[in-house]
Amino acid sequence: MLVRSHVLVCGGTGCLSSKSEEITKRFKEVLKELGLDNEIQVIMTGCFGFCEKGPIVIVYPDETFYSKVALEDVDGICMEHLLKGRIYEEKVYHEISEEDRSKVKSFSQIGFYNRQLRIALRNCGVINPFSIDEYIGRNGYEALGKALTTMTQEQVIDVISKSGLRGRGGGGFPTGFKWKLAHGNASDQKYMICNADEGDPGAFMDRAILEGDPHSVIEAMAIAGYAIGANQGYIYVRAEYPIAVERLNHAINQAYDYNLLGKNLFGTSFSFFLEIRLGAGAFVCGEETALIASIEGERGMPRNKPPFPAQKGLWGKPTVINNVETFANVPIILLNGAEWFSSIGTEKSKGTKVFALGGKINNTGLVEIPMGTTLREVIYDIGGGIPNNKKFKAVQTGGPSGGCLTAAHLDTKIDYDNLVALGSMMGSGGMIVMDENNCMVDVARFFLEFTVEESCGKCTPCREGTKRMLEILEKITSGMGTPYDIDRLEKLAVMIKDSSLCGLGQTAPNPVLSTLANFRHEYTAHVVDKKCPAGVCKDLMHYKITDTCIGCGKCKRSCPVDCISGDKREIHIINQLACIKCGTCEAACPVHAIIID
Amino acid sequence: MKSLSDLKKMRDEMTKKMSLRETKNRLRVVVGMATCGITAGARPVLSALLEEVSKKELTDVVVTQVGCIGECALEPIVEVYDTQGNRTTYAKVSPEIARRIVEEHLANNRVLTSHLIANFK
Repeated sequence: MLVRSHVLVCGGTGCLSSKSEEITKRFKEVLKELGLDNEIQVIMTGCFGFCEKGPIVIVYPDETFYSKVALEDVDGICMEHLLKGRIYEEKVYHEISEEDRSKVKSFSQIGFYNRQLRIALRNCGVINPFSIDEYIGRNGYEALGKALTTMTQEQVIDVISKSGLRGRGGGGFPTGFKWKLAHGNASDQKYMICNADEGDPGAFMDRAILEGDPHSVIEAMAIAGYAIGANQGYIYVRAEYPIAVERLNHAINQAYDYNLLGKNLFGTSFSFFLEIRLGAGAFVCGEETALIASIEGERGMPRNKPPFPAQKGLWGKPTVINNVETFANVPIILLNGAEWFSSIGTEKSKGTKVFALGGKINNTGLVEIPMGTTLREVIYDIGGGIPNNKKFKAVQTGGPSGGCLTAAHLDTKIDYDNLVALGSMMGSGGMIVMDENNCMVDVARFFLEFTVEESCGKCTPCREGTKRMLEILEKITSGMGTPYDIDRLEKLAVMIKDSSLCGLGQTAPNPVLSTLANFRHEYTAHVVDKKCPAGVCKDLMHYKITDTCIGCGKCKRSCPVDCISGDKREIHIINQLACIKCGTCEAACPVHAIIID
Repeated sequence: MKSLSDLKKMRDEMTKKMSLRETKNRLRVVVGMATCGITAGARPVLSALLEEVSKKELTDVVVTQVGCIGECALEPIVEVYDTQGNRTTYAKVSPEIARRIVEEHLANNRVLTSHLIANFK
């Protein structure tokens, strides 16, 4: 019997936490009750990317996009859409914009998706990650077969070099060149490592790929192993990603069963073995040499480079470490050719990049865009703009290692070099949008707090320096700062950048430096005027009762610390020393006489 | 998996099964499946359509069911929408006629004039 419809339910971490597993089960039950289970297939896939609107269900071939689906909606979708062929209006997705609100658009026409170009995420949300067959149905493992049976090692490296693929983990080092270095270092044993220790706050593209398309990473690692002459690979993934680890394990076992991993792949003499290593979630272990130390069973600390891992890596042998997203690009480049890939993007940054959009933005989620797309397109066209008609203030790219860009930079074309030129960086692809209610000093403090926590402590500038910087920032946000503190902060930042051992310390001051460069007036407001313009830093915030006060006493009665005094029908007064700035009085005042000063 | 050709064979088989998930324009075949349609025998008609489409490996065809079309006396009704959205309506379709619709109209783009709805009005 022909299957006439596929119901795809998102099984990414986000949607799973809103019961998408139960939703899948319910679909299967209801379809069975209706006798439709033979002609309609229910499949749980990886992440669709539009996490803001999850749980997401797409019905093919109609491409109908249902968002925020609850367990109770399943019966409705089955009865209306699948049985009677009518769209279930309650949960079908509608655009935010005025003109499009009334239209029902198919999945690929929705504004969030129609500007994206999904290469690394090509199978996420399309295939069942537990099925190697479905991956094969999407040309899976063909690139590996092609490489092993028709290409030399040098030819594989050549294609990747010519494609212009650069590392997607942050640094942007040319992938082909890395492979070439390791290929050129003769050794009895070499290793291939996948860096899946995704640690930037807010970034989750690697998780989405591992959860939605684990085989693409496995296939790419075998290809890379062939290219450099390694027969052993390790995937270093953080233990905080249990679903990714489970699906990866399942996928590796399937690949062994199909002899797509193991001995003599595709009947050639090449063998490749793959194992998972779990990381304990230290941010520094995303740094190559610290990651290697962690796999070796040592404490996760970086060491001096050179020698680079391509010369002396894991257990002293030549090793290549690539990021998950980098790997996800590899098979399709081999199939479609270097020219195809290098035709996408800008002059020096080819292909696409996945960004995790978050913060003050309407459409939170994962987006994959060609390099060279502007920030404005990402934030306004795909991201749907800022909620509640607030004004855009800044966007932080590159997480705790990156910097912020302002409204003046909105038309910048996103690529590795443009972002670095503006004092930020691509990083692993976190993109946090901030509006007028975000205090930039507080943002810098937040990121520094993270790096202080995650500094491994091996080198002094990073261990002590970032801590001192954080102390100064805390002093400023608590209203005790002086103009001299800003100078000291800047001096320290430059020193730490220059003298730290690894990337963590070298980039940790970036959030401070870039907020100083773009929002120095906010720092000045904190230390000179003792004011927080955005109204975030509590110590610089004062509630004041204006003379429109009618003396009703409601604020006095609502105050939890009894710091408001005043007689009936007289203007009341807040005792600033006792006030805890909870805002209860502001909410209680019937005439809005209480304001933030 | 012993060779690249084994893999490709498997790929072709799977691609067929997953073709529904591709974005493309397809012929749409809809069957009226409200109470009137079901009592008139729409269910075996739908099954016949699905079987025949699958047998002929027509990947550019979608078969769905809809509610009442409004001509209850002429059920089972089958409609074919081409990629431009133009509609052809067949009335009083039996499983046998359904198979012929697949053979003639869907596979060879020849409208089965003898069973168009106009003949029954």
